[in-house]
Amino acid sequence: MSVLTREETEALIQEVLEVYPDKAKKDRAKHLAVNDPSVEQSKKCITSNRKSLPGVMTIRGCAYAGSKGVVWGPVKDMIHISHGPVGCGQYSRAGRRNYYVGVTGINSFGTMNFTSDFQEKDIVFGGDKKLAKLINEVEQLFPLHKGITVQSECPIGLIGDDIEAVSKKGAKDIEKPIVPVRCEGFRGVSQSLGHHIANDAVRDWVLGNRDGSTAFESTPYDVTIIGDYNIGGDAWASRILLEEMGLRVIAQWSGDGTLAEMENTPKAKLNLLHCYRSMNYISRHMEEKYGIPYIEYNFFGPTKIAEALRNIAAFFDDHIKEGAERVIAKYQPMMQAVIDKYKPRLQGKKVMLYVGGLRPRHVIGAYEDLGMEVVGTGYEFGHGDDYDRTIKEMGNATLLYDDITGFEFEEFVKKVKPDLVGSGIKEKYVFQKMGIPLRQMHSWDYSGPYHGYDGFAIFARDMDMALSNPCWSKITPPWKKKDEATELPKAA
Amino acid sequence: MANIMIRKDAAGSYVFYLPKRDLEDSIVSMEFDTPEKWGGEIKLNNGGTYLIEPQALPPRFPISLRARRLDAAE
Ligand code: SF4
Repeated sequence: MSVLTREETEALIQEVLEVYPDKAKKDRAKHLAVNDPSVEQSKKCITSNRKSLPGVMTIRGCAYAGSKGVVWGPVKDMIHISHGPVGCGQYSRAGRRNYYVGVTGINSFGTMNFTSDFQEKDIVFGGDKKLAKLINEVEQLFPLHKGITVQSECPIGLIGDDIEAVSKKGAKDIEKPIVPVRCEGFRGVSQSLGHHIANDAVRDWVLGNRDGSTAFESTPYDVTIIGDYNIGGDAWASRILLEEMGLRVIAQWSGDGTLAEMENTPKAKLNLLHCYRSMNYISRHMEEKYGIPYIEYNFFGPTKIAEALRNIAAFFDDHIKEGAERVIAKYQPMMQAVIDKYKPRLQGKKVMLYVGGLRPRHVIGAYEDLGMEVVGTGYEFGHGDDYDRTIKEMGNATLLYDDITGFEFEEFVKKVKPDLVGSGIKEKYVFQKMGIPLRQMHSWDYSGPYHGYDGFAIFARDMDMALSNPCWSKITPPWKKKDEATELPKAA
Repeated sequence: MANIMIRKDAAGSYVFYLPKRDLEDSIVSMEFDTPEKWGGEIKLNNGGTYLIEPQALPPRFPISLRARRLDAAE
């Protein structure tokens, strides 16, 4: 149950909508809803994946961010050229904390920024020549790279450069794959289309590269981790569980991943899909083309992990099923210790979330394991299918918000008064100044991993750290505390 | 005409997917569903209807097909 009744929540939404002009009000009303877990289809209560209203503060990114920042960026042994002006890449450089092993600048390039640094003359005369030169330069300076992707920024689409032709020619010259990605920022309504475009580029330029080759020997226990970006080491914390139960992880998409892993993915028996939003496209494609089934799983919190491990094991023989039980049994006491330690401190605390991708629904289970309750959740760039999956996870009469505006979020938080907000850096200081602790749930607030059993222990500690910080009792300065018994006598 | 994909879910029933609009929905009725003749008019859970040219049952799922929209939900 939520803190507010259904009527109160509805009234709250109406109250917040009051400030908008009529047209904007009508539009925003469709994106805010009171959850009713009995509803089968989200589209009956909430609209998503629509253009943000001009004039409101949105927290969304662009298609380039979805492709370069999310899907392609973490592929560590490729060089991702931010093709266009320097800012798009430089200001987002290394911001997602996709960890990787390797020597940066030699065989891994994850945290580096490569850009064609467009100037006025490139816009006027076209940048194809510059790109061709850049490809050769990259080959000379970083000979150990395994391939290049060309991530288009806005101007490329506007001036109509033919990056495909340059890439094809360049690939022939340097004898390595070069992938042109048409992810100009103006496409679509959010970073979500960038994920789709990036998935399509993987499909068209990478996935089939090793079809027919038998160099890679597959086993009946080969799986891949799809849609885990290894933020703070998430994919590693997931991978060890799968390996412990007897599976072999042959690819990580794309956190700490390599081009070769991507090319070998069609040899897997099962694709494990963590972030549905950003990589369902390629999973669907592999299911059709190669007959590899995929399964969505959730590695947040012991309850969901146990469920996920069993679901994954159901695809394999008894050896793996036993392995799953063994892993669950092994970690159970450790998890119980974590819960025993933190649950009494966190029990009953209310959380509001606003993130992207998979987290608005996936982390609910982890909070519940700690006795906390999620009273509101929403996606920056979710689609109908995301909300379909969310409705069932959320309690009755809780708040759902899509592409929430800065104003709405603040108002909701003021009224609902959660004990903790889980969102991003842009929201962090707004809410902390209001006296409400916030954990960044995009980058794990420079902590992590949060996936897997090891991650849950860190997650629990971090949440406790945020909530129990003594600073929250010092928000009201002493001279404003009314009930202070010792009022100083006024100076005569 | 739109490119769509039809797959079977864990329970074995058909699921409709329209990549262009990221629309995923269950199929509530399909005009023909026999090995010889398969397809025809399909109704989605959201109320939309599409037409797949009737054909022999595809050998495996998922499968990408062309379909015509008869009546969209929104
Ligand atoms: S919208 Fe365009 S200019 Fe802005 S960051 Fe994205 S690609 Fe760059």
